[in-house]
Amino acid sequence: MKDWRYWLAEQRGTLLAFGIFIVMFAIYSGNHPAGFTANVVQTAANKGVLLAFVAMAQTLVVITAGIDLSVGMIFTLTNCMASWLVIGTGLETAFGVLAVLGTGLLCGAVNGAIVIYGRLQPIVATIATGAVFFGLALLLRPVPGGSVNEDLADFLTGRFFGVVPASLVALLVIVLVVWVPFSRSEFGRAAYAAGSSETAAYMSGVPIRRGKFLAYTLAGLLAAIGGLFLTFFTYTGEAAYASGNAYTLFSIAAVVLGGVSLFGGKGSAIGAIFGALAFRTIGDLLFVFDFDPLWQPLFQGVILLIAVSLGAFALFRVRNRLEWFL
Amino acid sequence: MSETTLGGIAGRMPKFLRRADPAVVTAFACIVILLLLGSLYSRSFLSPEYLLQQLKVASFLGVIATGMMLVILLGQIDLSVPWSVATGAMMACAAAAYGSVGVALAIPFGVLCGVAIGLVNGIGVAYLRIPSMIITLATNAVAQGLMVVYTGGFSPQDSATAAMRYLATGFTIPGVPNAVIIWALIGAAMVFVLTRTSFGRAVYGIGNRERAAYLSGIDTRRIVLIAFAVSGGLSAFGGVLLAGYASKAAQSMGDAYLLPSIAAVVLGGTSILGGRGSYLGTVAGVILITLLQSILSVMQMPEAGRQIIYGVVIVAMLLLYGRAPASR
Amino acid sequence: MDGAAPLFRMEGISKRYGGVRALEKADLTVTAGGIHAILGENGAGKSTLIKIMAGVVAPDEGTMTLDGREVSFASPAAANQAGIVCIFQELSLIPELSVADNIVISDPPKRIGMIDRKAQRRIAEEALARAGASDIHPCALVKDLPLSRRQMVEIAKALARKPRILILDEATSALTAADVAKVFEVLKRLRSEGLALLYISHRMNEIAELADHCTVFRNGRNVASYPAGSKSDNEVVELMIGREYSHIFPPKLGPNAAATTVLEARNLSWADRLDNISLSVRAGEVVGLGGLDGQGQRELLLAFFGVLRGLSGEILIDGKPVSISSPTAASHGRIGMALIPEDRKTEGLMLPMTVRENLSFAALDRLSKGGIIDRASEQRLIDDMVGLLAIKTAGLDIPVGALSGGNQQKVVIAKWLMRQPRIILLNDPTRGIDVGTKQEIYQLMRKLADAGAAILFYSTDYDELIGCCDRVLVLYDGAVKRELVGAEITEHALIASALNIHGEGAGPRQGVGA
Repeated sequence: MKDWRYWLAEQRGTLLAFGIFIVMFAIYSGNHPAGFTANVVQTAANKGVLLAFVAMAQTLVVITAGIDLSVGMIFTLTNCMASWLVIGTGLETAFGVLAVLGTGLLCGAVNGAIVIYGRLQPIVATIATGAVFFGLALLLRPVPGGSVNEDLADFLTGRFFGVVPASLVALLVIVLVVWVPFSRSEFGRAAYAAGSSETAAYMSGVPIRRGKFLAYTLAGLLAAIGGLFLTFFTYTGEAAYASGNAYTLFSIAAVVLGGVSLFGGKGSAIGAIFGALAFRTIGDLLFVFDFDPLWQPLFQGVILLIAVSLGAFALFRVRNRLEWFL
Repeated sequence: MSETTLGGIAGRMPKFLRRADPAVVTAFACIVILLLLGSLYSRSFLSPEYLLQQLKVASFLGVIATGMMLVILLGQIDLSVPWSVATGAMMACAAAAYGSVGVALAIPFGVLCGVAIGLVNGIGVAYLRIPSMIITLATNAVAQGLMVVYTGGFSPQDSATAAMRYLATGFTIPGVPNAVIIWALIGAAMVFVLTRTSFGRAVYGIGNRERAAYLSGIDTRRIVLIAFAVSGGLSAFGGVLLAGYASKAAQSMGDAYLLPSIAAVVLGGTSILGGRGSYLGTVAGVILITLLQSILSVMQMPEAGRQIIYGVVIVAMLLLYGRAPASR
Repeated sequence: MDGAAPLFRMEGISKRYGGVRALEKADLTVTAGGIHAILGENGAGKSTLIKIMAGVVAPDEGTMTLDGREVSFASPAAANQAGIVCIFQELSLIPELSVADNIVISDPPKRIGMIDRKAQRRIAEEALARAGASDIHPCALVKDLPLSRRQMVEIAKALARKPRILILDEATSALTAADVAKVFEVLKRLRSEGLALLYISHRMNEIAELADHCTVFRNGRNVASYPAGSKSDNEVVELMIGREYSHIFPPKLGPNAAATTVLEARNLSWADRLDNISLSVRAGEVVGLGGLDGQGQRELLLAFFGVLRGLSGEILIDGKPVSISSPTAASHGRIGMALIPEDRKTEGLMLPMTVRENLSFAALDRLSKGGIIDRASEQRLIDDMVGLLAIKTAGLDIPVGALSGGNQQKVVIAKWLMRQPRIILLNDPTRGIDVGTKQEIYQLMRKLADAGAAILFYSTDYDELIGCCDRVLVLYDGAVKRELVGAEITEHALIASALNIHGEGAGPRQGVGA
């Protein structure tokens, strides 16, 4: 077999997500009253990248066979924080951005430390830390409000050369700066190895703990980038419980659609990004077909249910029933 | 080193000491400390009226946490609690709008809707072997979607039936709220099921080692399915009671019960990995959480502070009791 | 061999696990540029020996010297550093990563902090070529490779670590004949490059072809060391046996032709692990399953117990075909089957639960009315069992994990006897338990058989098969290779047929299955 066939096989999940996204987006823009214009693309991109960042964050943790139910709350917390700090002169804004990203890193590191060194189950640990993060967000913004450096916000949510949505470019940069180095580093590989088979990874002398810790920490960072962008789009900070929860939930859906295995060890953040974009587009399809927006949560819920059930088909290949219990 | 000596020492200890779980003891100790701290703040904390009022508030959480405990004992988790609660409440109120038959069937209908959600969870976990936290998140989203479509996105206008209000706020025995009696009955039933029935034994067995339970001839999938259905039904019943308490259902009324129900079970010493825990612990956990909430609100602690304290308390308690073994 | 200074030497190595001695003052000398075969039956101490060499376990006493200097290894990584690399039977590959990723996993080549994929690819291709497996693409995912290819990747991974001593523990067990030939060429080339190779295998023909030197282990000791080819297969088998009988077995009643056949299998096949197995067990009969470990014995028992899917062939109970789809179906109702599973800690018991709960767990349906446990009858039955098996426990309400291994195993057996099974499958029930309890289990098995139970008994201990069984079926590669009846069951016959060689005076018998 040729190299490209292996590449293709490895990227199958990502390519599938990409395909779903293209088809969905074609249907979407084809039926959009305004058609396929720079404006439609820009709006869709701005909505999509928020979920894409959170989905990337979720991917990192899911690769280690864990789960982070606090990503949505880190996203909310950093949004509230940015609505206080990312304002003022250029230097002040820059410090604000750094502080927001640092907070995200810290939140992720706390999750990682509790799960890896505290040996708690990721699910309960991150539900609990999620409550703390939400509490902090509420402390910062008991009522919605605040503001953001609008020049920066408009720059990052506008268009380059009149056509390219700036948010997509930002997403690309983050992929190149965070995801690519991580996935190609020894620790990224350790995260994959730990998620795929922790015992084999241990026997092979892989730095499991550091790999997992880095994954949780970077997940916090990526969620914070998402929170920052949310602030750029809305110009305000809001500690909305339902929205934070929804982002956590949708990040899992995006990850599954993006071909990332919830059992760990398999998938890529690129796939999750397309999963996120596709998920958003599917959700918005209802609008262009003039459905009542009331149906949107149900529609998204059903997509999620189908997506998580797809993984179950591997079950029918199991020939020794004891493998059910591994 | 010798395992037999260890067993020998345990065997000679008095029965109540042997059986007392340090986590349960700690939880009850925390309740006493909270009450003492509260009484320093205000004398009324030790009054029977206040305590009964707290028990009444606790009973809603208690009913929901009972279902959660059953699922956690299996080593699973039910994250569909928020919208199982809301679905139960809304569907019971909705049924009430359909004449006298509707009024009569309101409560069973609400509970059945919760059982239906639980059955989907159970099928996903037991038969499709989807991780419980994923499938329950998904059914939660679907239940939410259904309710949003049904209510049009607003809190429904149907109000609770008289029976629902009576269950939640009435008094059958003077001085003892009905909600407390209901919790006591459900709790007693749960204790009986867990300790005296083959179903209860199977639940603990599966939670400890599903492989061994399966090889012992237990139909583990059926047990898991039933447990999720019961959990869904109890969540919905909790919703029915809450709707009776507030006279109507509301959007996102269940959101406030997910974390507390998990926390109550885990703080009561039930292992999040399954197989270990007593209902007495869950009772302690429920009362502890309710008192914590009550004291924080009496002290006018804002919602933000409450969330933070919750999260920190849960992580801290888990680090004490809920850690996975270190050895690989 | 030719007087070269030994590269590595182990002297007076002892290792105990609990009360069981695995190695007793064992010695081993390894010279560079040679292939050293290690022989011995199951439990002779071979695997403990190599685990000590590879730094997986620490010896209780004894010394190891490398290049004349005393060494000790704290971890597998430390042993690797010193140049000792072991290919274990259990694969250590990560399924979702590519072949190249796996080969360099412990020390990937890096450029500016990132893994250098080109260099990694080069290293992997080199290592695969050295292992004679250049047909494996370095980009393929390990999980997509068949078992035999994975084994080759495992060998390549070991070679990429540039070992001075390479240990192969049954490394050819999953390989095809063509692969074995390739691996042999590789090993011979490595020998000529001056590596020391330690080769553990049960396949006598492989050892004959490959080894320069052989050491036979028995009862945790090296009992003989000789240049390869200087002894016949039969002499080697004699060396491997030669063990004093330490067990007392209950008398066998002899065959009872009148007894009815209770359990029967016809042409049972499953995946690539069971190959057309036919057998039958009569009431009152103890039928043994022999052979090397991992030849399909466990799978056969699981197949009867309804655990395996996609089984072909027929299972008959009392002469009638049945389809058993779960342990529930196997144990309940008319079939009345029980399985004492392989691993009592993960499959037989719930260790944190009490003795009482464990004992009644398999018989809950019989102990309860309408789902409610009848505590009086539970207590009565448990008392009976504790008495019958003489289970030593400080009480019924302590965790079963607090009991000794032997008593834990008695609980596993007792929990099944609470159902009064007609067919009892035992999967190596005496492993890791003390001699006294073993005797009791032998007595109990015979007692149950005399009371009419049909017993299928897998053991890795040949003594037990000889002492307990009316008949023994020897499995090799998922198929029944021989059936030994009554006086034919000797250690020599068992080992010879387990190794699939034909010892004298015991020609191959066709027509297995009653």
